[in-house]
Amino acid sequence: MDDIIPLIKCRQLTLGYGSKDLVRDLDYDVNAGDYLCIVGRNGSGKTTFLRGIAGLLKPRSGSIELCEGLKRSEIGLLPQMTVVQKDFPASVEEIVLSAFQGKRRLLPFYGRAQRDRAMECMALTRTESLRKSCFRELSGGQKQRVLLARALCAAERLLLLDEPVTGLDPESAETMYRIVEDLHQKGMTVVMVTHDVDVAKDSATRVMDFDSISVKGN
Amino acid sequence: MPELVEKLSFYLEFPFVRYAIVVGVLVSLCSSLLGVTLVLKRYSYIGDGLSHVAFGALAIAAVLKVTNNMLVILPVTIAVAVLLLCTGRHARIKGDAAIAMVSVGALAIGYLLMNIFSTSANISGDVCTTLFGSTSILTLRLEEVILCVVLSCIVLFVFVLFYHKIFAITFDENFAQATGINTTFFNLLIAVIVAVIIVLAMNLVGALLVSALVVFPALSAMRVFKSFRAVTVAAAIISVMCSLIGIIVAILAGSPVGSTIVAADIVIFLLFYSISLIQGRDA
Repeated sequence: MDDIIPLIKCRQLTLGYGSKDLVRDLDYDVNAGDYLCIVGRNGSGKTTFLRGIAGLLKPRSGSIELCEGLKRSEIGLLPQMTVVQKDFPASVEEIVLSAFQGKRRLLPFYGRAQRDRAMECMALTRTESLRKSCFRELSGGQKQRVLLARALCAAERLLLLDEPVTGLDPESAETMYRIVEDLHQKGMTVVMVTHDVDVAKDSATRVMDFDSISVKGN
Repeated sequence: MPELVEKLSFYLEFPFVRYAIVVGVLVSLCSSLLGVTLVLKRYSYIGDGLSHVAFGALAIAAVLKVTNNMLVILPVTIAVAVLLLCTGRHARIKGDAAIAMVSVGALAIGYLLMNIFSTSANISGDVCTTLFGSTSILTLRLEEVILCVVLSCIVLFVFVLFYHKIFAITFDENFAQATGINTTFFNLLIAVIVAVIIVLAMNLVGALLVSALVVFPALSAMRVFKSFRAVTVAAAIISVMCSLIGIIVAILAGSPVGSTIVAADIVIFLLFYSISLIQGRDA
């Protein structure tokens, strides 16, 4: 338990959009078994960092190294919800299953093992009863749990969450946090961007504060 | 009624009517499939923009006196589609403005070229035909029909093969990319397919009405159905039915084919909209 095994090593990492660097010369390791909370003001580079780890943004300079044989397809991401998704006509099952597309090169259908895994992930996020429901008719909390189930299908070892409780009522947020906490207890490495400092203090095993980092960086 | 059937079977004797029906079914099938993705990605207007570009390219082909004008229209439209769909969110001129600019520009230049370098005595007639497709579907030559069948089959094959990937990208591009799907490639593929469909559909309903084929069936299906697969299948069925009805009515009543098809699409949309209102009240 006390052995520190890095899953992701960032070295001299600089990330940014356009002419602006949001993360500069960052050295940081995400270790196996971490529940890492990333906090900081809006625009301090939290999401940018998460997108970097997820492989959505190429480093300006420096490197992000996946260690311990971790593969891109073993990382599950829960991005912030987009406008497009809010009224999307798709069943919960279709959305959760779509997580496996990165793993299937060409086959145009899903196998039994993948369907079973999808059911498992829906059970873990308490969405199995919604399987046939339409995504756009769900409540905010239900939608977010469905997207978590999808992330979980993709995530074998590392789960990345970008403000998972934005816009949720306290009860739904509480459920969401409890599910994430359970997943961490079962051995999942979790990296979560959040504004919720209390959760960061109570549940997280490590906290990364982008306010102090960006002050240092600039 | 019997005389209508008789009239219809009389018309079906002619190869050009049969060609029109084959092309109509295939084009409306392809356009509705991709239409679902375009509507959901908030790219509805792209069909319209691209068809104007295709009109501009057609004018250029006419000026250059290219015998097979597809050789000009297809590459130009594909190039613009790639430019519009793939520069996406990071472009300096935002999506809708870029589309408006390109589409109006192409329309103006196309008309200008047709006027200056006119080879025909009836310019406004020609322009009207290209814009509203009043009769062009009934003047298709066999090689055009074959080209249309081949391209449609390729589009259908690609769509079925990559159906799940297209769904994943439509729903959440970021997630798709993070799990290892090559989103750049698939966006490019979607852009090329859309361009091909638009060019084909221009023959059927004319440049100005193309986006109706793309948008209406998808919107109708989305009112009522609740899964992506159901929406896709329903859009395809709706689109094919509307085109068949439109072509047959146009032949029997002597109305312009394109606008009759679109009118059928509008009626079906209103029907599905009412169904969704009734569903909503029950729920």
